[in-house]
Amino acid sequence: MVAVGSWGRLGSWEHQIRTLSHRSRVAGLLHDTQPGIAHGMGRSYGDVCLNPGGMLWLTRGLDRFISLDQDSGRLVCEAGVLLRDIQRLVIPRGWALPVTPGTQLVTVGGAIANDVHGKNHHAAGSFGDHVRRIELQRTDGSDIECGPELRPDWFRATVGGLGLTGVITIAEIQLRRVVGPWLLAETVPYQSLDEFFRLADDSELDWEHTVSWIDCLAPAGGRGLFMRARNTDAGLRPAPRSRALAMPFVPPVSLVNKLSLRPFNLAYYNIGKRRAGSHIVHYEPFFYPLDNVRDWNRMYGPRGFFQYQCVVPRAVGRDAVQAILGQIAGAGAGSFLAVLKTFGERAAPGMLSFPQPGVTLALDFPNQGTRTRQLFERLDVIVGEAGGRLYPAKDARMPRALFEAGYPRLAEFLPHRDPGISSAMSRRLMGS
Amino acid sequence: MSTAKQRIVIIGATSAIAEHCARLWVADAAVDLSLIGRDPGKLEAVAADLRVRSPQSLIRIHGAEAAGFVDPLAVRQLVDSIVAEGAVDRVLIAHGSLPDQSACQTDLTAANEALVVNGISPALFAEAFAGHLQTVGRGTLAIIGSVAGDRGRKSNYVYGAAKGLVARYAQGLQHRLAGSGVKVVLIKPGPTATPMTAHLGQQGARLASVEEVAQAMVDGIAKGKPVVYAPARWALIMMVIRHLPAFVFNRMDI
Repeated sequence: MVAVGSWGRLGSWEHQIRTLSHRSRVAGLLHDTQPGIAHGMGRSYGDVCLNPGGMLWLTRGLDRFISLDQDSGRLVCEAGVLLRDIQRLVIPRGWALPVTPGTQLVTVGGAIANDVHGKNHHAAGSFGDHVRRIELQRTDGSDIECGPELRPDWFRATVGGLGLTGVITIAEIQLRRVVGPWLLAETVPYQSLDEFFRLADDSELDWEHTVSWIDCLAPAGGRGLFMRARNTDAGLRPAPRSRALAMPFVPPVSLVNKLSLRPFNLAYYNIGKRRAGSHIVHYEPFFYPLDNVRDWNRMYGPRGFFQYQCVVPRAVGRDAVQAILGQIAGAGAGSFLAVLKTFGERAAPGMLSFPQPGVTLALDFPNQGTRTRQLFERLDVIVGEAGGRLYPAKDARMPRALFEAGYPRLAEFLPHRDPGISSAMSRRLMGS
Repeated sequence: MSTAKQRIVIIGATSAIAEHCARLWVADAAVDLSLIGRDPGKLEAVAADLRVRSPQSLIRIHGAEAAGFVDPLAVRQLVDSIVAEGAVDRVLIAHGSLPDQSACQTDLTAANEALVVNGISPALFAEAFAGHLQTVGRGTLAIIGSVAGDRGRKSNYVYGAAKGLVARYAQGLQHRLAGSGVKVVLIKPGPTATPMTAHLGQQGARLASVEEVAQAMVDGIAKGKPVVYAPARWALIMMVIRHLPAFVFNRMDI
């Protein structure tokens, strides 16, 4: 048994582990075990990648490229390949992942199973929108090949399927053309939520990537920094020398706390405001600002932290976000990595995909036990009434009723589950 | 102007450490790489990956029967056939398999197999390549030993003895080839997180990442260092272990 936790560091639990390292051997390794779940980089925040007391199949050894068609941009690879390794391989060849989340230190399998999204959701949808084929190994020894046109029900169950339909071994991804690693980026400070929505709407056409940091402690609420970017031909220039930082130890208390948050946010806003305007930036610091700080999740101290990410429909978006910020302020809590972004008007590829048209708000909270959970219960009410949902990849605690209300295609999904696969999250939210 | 590609041969190319060394080599420059292993499916997967990473490299695979790794005539034939395809600049002998120590203590067949696969077989490959390299008077011969070969320990002395044989063999080759232009590099990885050691992870041992070990190896091979601990911190740890007096060492549960 070995102790394994996830990115939120809420705890670590004993697991049996098996390493998957050659795709030809996966079937045999899944067969004769107790129920397990595939585990890649463990970068999801809660319990979607955990199975305490049970089996984890580690997929990082399945990290081989299989083929890359330079003309069409079709990449076939094993599921344990990191998005980082894809980007570093293909960007110099004029291609890029069409969708990438805020960290590139995740596996392809994890990106599909959580149907991750990025700053260009309004333009490109989610990760699953660009997957053309998946090979799925079931624990009964069979395998299923599926894609948007081939066995589409299996495909739609597996994209965003939280790893529960089988172990993804191989994926084929359609890359997109880029003109190099550089982005033209612009930072625009905003003073209110109305201004945020105006900026978001105005930017959608001309800017592929949009995102905003919101200062949830600002008195009026809704102050923030709107960032937008698009790929640009900046010629040949040296890639930035990234100075790798690290959080070398776990501080005894969370460094994100009542005392630090206000000055953090004030400084971040004002530095951002001073640097407002447009500049050329390399894709790595723009897309993955925290990847350069190894073990940044340690800054929340020994008790770890929660992420709370919801999406609510646009019609009620402004009011719901305002209400959530109000609850947080009322609780005397606050969040540093607070991100507000509009999603595009498009149907998500997976039955349990998180993105839906509307606006998404992501917040981080140091784990303060009951106090934090009580705050979440109040936020759940707002999200539920707004007809929104929470993001399973970030979740460690949502109530089953909220999950069922937020994911109406659950009943359609369930028959696709592999009976030999179970996770802490599946037991919590689906009963098995 | 283009220079000829460096020719690299890896014996045991489907091992995780060897595969990561190959990735670093093809990332650095286009090379002419021959992969030798027992499992054709695994070899083909490794080769396909390297071809995607480096379309300019030439990646060849040579399957070999299991017996081909331990039968002296088969080893000679395999090495001769590889060298016949062109002079070799770099050889990495990386095959091996971590035996179950307690099984070896009761089953001499298992002990014999572990000694042959991890000790005699790599030595035979080294001997066969050494002659060819000596003839052309250049090249690097890298052999994977282990920190386990530095001092016999109750928890894995069968493997340790085999790797100790490899270490002494490499030392002898270094002596013989000194001044010849051929470099012999003995690599001693510390415990590494690979499929071979997956069960150790379960026992809570702290393992180095395979990327870290491969980087240390590739750097050491490029410099032609006689002994490379990978990662480097194991040089210090093993110096202490080697020098512990028996009355202390024998009380340790390692």
